[in-house]
Amino acid sequence: MILHRCVIVSILCKFRLHLKGFVIMFSAIKPSIQSICFSHAVFLSLQDCTFFTRKEILRLHGRYHELAPHLVPMDYTNEPDCKIPLALIVNMPELKENPFRNRIVESFSEDGMGNLSFNEFVDMFSVLSEMAPRELKAIYAFKIYDFNVDNYLCKEDLEKTLNKLTKEELTPEEVELVCEKTIEEADLDGDHKLSFADFENMISRAPDFLSTFHIRI
Amino acid sequence: MSTAGEQDADLSLQEEHESKTHRTKRRDGDRQKKKRRNERRKGGTRAGEGEEDLQAVSEKRERSKRKRAKSKQETSRRENNEEEEAQLTGVREVDENVDKGKKKQGSTKKGEKKEDGGKQLVKEKARDIKKKNSEPETSEEDDDEEEDNDKDVVRPECLSPEELEKLKEAVDERKKLIQSLRGKPWPMKKKLVTLRESQEFVEKYEGALGKGKGRKLYAYKVLMTKKWMKFQRDFENFKTACIPWEMKIKEIESHFGSSVASYFIFLRWMYGINMILFGLTFGLVMVPEALMGRPYGSMPRKTVPRAEEASAMDFAVLWDFGGYAQYSVLFYGYYNNQRTVGWLKFRMPLSYFLVGVGTVAYSYMVVIRTMARNANESGVGDDNSFNFSWKMFTSWDYLIGNAETADNKFASITTSFKEAILEEQESHKDDNIHLTRFLRVLANFLVLCCLAGSGYLIYFVVRRSQKFALDGLENHTWWERNEVNMVMSLLGMFCPMLFDVISTLENYHPRVALQWQLGRIFALFLGNLYTFIIALMDEINLKRKEEKVVKFNITMWEASLYNGTVLENSTAPPVTIHPADVPRGPCWETMVGQEFVRLIISDTMTTYITLLIGDFLRAVLVRFLNYCWCWDLEAGFPSYSEFDVSGNVLGLIFNQGMIWMGSFYAPCLPALNVIRLHVSMYLQCWAVMCCNVPQERVFKASGSNNFYMAMLLVILFLSTLPAIYTIVSIPPSFDCGPFSGKNRMFDVIHETLESDFPPWFSKVFSYASNPGLVLPFILLMVLAIYYLQSTSKSYREANVELKKKLQMQNEENKRKNKRAALKAQMDLEEARKTAQEQQRNNNASVQDQEGESFDFKY
Repeated sequence: MILHRCVIVSILCKFRLHLKGFVIMFSAIKPSIQSICFSHAVFLSLQDCTFFTRKEILRLHGRYHELAPHLVPMDYTNEPDCKIPLALIVNMPELKENPFRNRIVESFSEDGMGNLSFNEFVDMFSVLSEMAPRELKAIYAFKIYDFNVDNYLCKEDLEKTLNKLTKEELTPEEVELVCEKTIEEADLDGDHKLSFADFENMISRAPDFLSTFHIRI
Repeated sequence: MSTAGEQDADLSLQEEHESKTHRTKRRDGDRQKKKRRNERRKGGTRAGEGEEDLQAVSEKRERSKRKRAKSKQETSRRENNEEEEAQLTGVREVDENVDKGKKKQGSTKKGEKKEDGGKQLVKEKARDIKKKNSEPETSEEDDDEEEDNDKDVVRPECLSPEELEKLKEAVDERKKLIQSLRGKPWPMKKKLVTLRESQEFVEKYEGALGKGKGRKLYAYKVLMTKKWMKFQRDFENFKTACIPWEMKIKEIESHFGSSVASYFIFLRWMYGINMILFGLTFGLVMVPEALMGRPYGSMPRKTVPRAEEASAMDFAVLWDFGGYAQYSVLFYGYYNNQRTVGWLKFRMPLSYFLVGVGTVAYSYMVVIRTMARNANESGVGDDNSFNFSWKMFTSWDYLIGNAETADNKFASITTSFKEAILEEQESHKDDNIHLTRFLRVLANFLVLCCLAGSGYLIYFVVRRSQKFALDGLENHTWWERNEVNMVMSLLGMFCPMLFDVISTLENYHPRVALQWQLGRIFALFLGNLYTFIIALMDEINLKRKEEKVVKFNITMWEASLYNGTVLENSTAPPVTIHPADVPRGPCWETMVGQEFVRLIISDTMTTYITLLIGDFLRAVLVRFLNYCWCWDLEAGFPSYSEFDVSGNVLGLIFNQGMIWMGSFYAPCLPALNVIRLHVSMYLQCWAVMCCNVPQERVFKASGSNNFYMAMLLVILFLSTLPAIYTIVSIPPSFDCGPFSGKNRMFDVIHETLESDFPPWFSKVFSYASNPGLVLPFILLMVLAIYYLQSTSKSYREANVELKKKLQMQNEENKRKNKRAALKAQMDLEEARKTAQEQQRNNNASVQDQEGESFDFKY
């Protein structure tokens, strides 16, 4: 019995060595192409926390590095602590034309000022990716449209949103009317501002939400 | 981190070896320590979550200790043990303290964790930093490996069943947490820390679960799930690495918005499906026949007839898929009817039949599954109660990354808001509804005329081509030979333009207009296709009549041959005749296959040529003639073209329909289609980026995905109908194809059942297929469908009811609020009034007093 087990163990060990050889081969090939060093554990934890796969994370890191080559090191094995300021991030071509770019970056940053570490950067695009579920997207959409961060979408927030959407080409009366109508439609508890429950109820039925609240990286 | 030890690439083999030897040393070295640690584990589980932090700290210390131990070897371990013991007593004290609340803590682990987020976060952060400072990644891997060993250490016998149960629950909960972590709206740091902690927890306690015999099974199960997860993840990685054209589509999306991109995504999806169809037909039909079947020239069906031999290699003939192309694996007629081919005993006819059926079945499955998934994803957005809110929050397309498109989008959003405001202000502004109605009716009438005209034209042309075919094709010009295909392609090209012009009469919203347009082009294509099929049926019947004559002639011919040989010398074997000289029947299956292949080719050619002329040439002319022209060409009349989503999507769908229809008779069709789709992906990507401009009114293609899918399903159904009809009701040709000599094509199944399976199986099969069993089964399915439908209906009704209730509640709330506000206002006013009165009274009294005083004074 014991002998058996020993044999099995040794076979398994051999197999593991083989596997390891493959892994080493892969990791030797991959970084030489991308010239980025990641440890495997970082990949795994990032894949557990986001909707991305290995290739996409590598691509994202490439983009992240591109934004500030002097700030971000290529070697990411030790998870260096570095952040990229908002001004650099909003200049990405994916965000450049977006009227809500500042809010997006701010709502994903830990300090609320728009400085993103790489992990937060990945998180941002994970939420905006195709695979993220509707509920998660709704939570972050609410955060994005909540300009004054008071956990309610009040009239000022709506006005700001509308002005950004239309480049301020509506007259003040029209803006007033639209905001009134919006609150009237979506406000369920009648407090003249939209709580998250109101927002979620409204957005969960929107036919376009999933297809538009989406950035391909 | 689950199988971190083996995944770690950085860890060298040597190191592992080292650790292994070390492990064995340790194992026989300290049984005492095991026991002690056991106790500690027990305590830890009893305390549950309450002392999680403490535990983690102790763990950390222990780990760093272990590391030290590793380097310093056994000598220093005793110290460590002592230290640990000291620590253990501390833990036990804590145990006793928290013992009271242990149950609660055990069960509400997660909730608690979320609740005291703030406090814990600080702690976590601190710990995180500590961890980072103290141990780089590689050492952590080491530790994990060591923890694997620790699994053996925890003896389940020491735990009572309830504790075990609780522990199991906790572990399962952690696992669930890890699974659902990516969907949590937490900041990234918290996610990472939670992940790490839960993984450590699971790693540590998983081994302790299960008991006795069950334990091994449990451990094995855990191991397998781990492996399975890893495999799944790798597979997922592999799958995303295989998805092509991601960047191309992204670029288009950012330039043209999601509606144009939806076409390209659809194209890519179609490409994938065709790849699989191609794999099926290529791997299971074409390759076996080419490798193991009889070679070319060995029998009449595999040789070019003597009359055609001279021209069989001409390019014109090959381009028409005649000559050598006709007598090759590309077409049905080439296949032999021998039951097995090659040393593998590959059942060729059976495989041919099953691949034909499998192709259709697979397509159905994929289309329906995609539809179901799309239906789940898209919300139920048919009610109009959130008009403004949706416009406000979902009208910006986050995919847009191009300045021009963004400008267009801003403009279109502004106009849509203005329209909505106008509608809101004068909700029924119907100026001259009669005129619009009249125009719409007129437009539909015109469209119907177009459809009828095109149908008649095709029928006429097909009839004419049959006449030409009877005369012999050689006497006619190129146009007369290719008339049918050309007319069909031209109709497909010009009729949509005509419809476009007509639809401007109707004045619909662009989204509605797009759907009308799609529906009309769909009807046109469908009509064309079916006229084509009917004409083809006529031709099949003609061929079958011809076949009868030929069959009769052949028997005569054989008889004469036989007679001749008998007359000359009766002992010699019959004269061998070169297969090219044997008379043969017209193989209608190959004819059908050829027709479809020609249709596909000409369709592809016209698509590419229209692309080059209509888009590229126009763009070039507009761009360069603009320097020397009277008016501004770019802004004025011709300008650049927009990408025609509806036409292209429909073209793709019909193309696919033809593939499905024809692939039974021409196994090469999926291969051709794969090539076509591949080329058109690149060509259209290039064309759209270089010669098209973004649509003026960029609107989303939401929900249209399922619209496309529904059309695809309809086409799939309609295209399988004729194919199945021909397979089931027309006997196959007698001298070509894998089913020759059989009465019907599906007889191959019977044959297989009788000769390849044991007799009881065919008996069971015959019982199962008799109508007495099949009819009740169908009835049952119909009943099930009815039941499901009625339940879904009732759910929908309940939904509507709930919505109504919600609205009522909402209104009531508002009214209540209003009333409350009114009341408050009234109270306020009253209070103010009373206050004023009081004040007046006071004033009065003061005045009185003053008056008195005045009086007094005076």
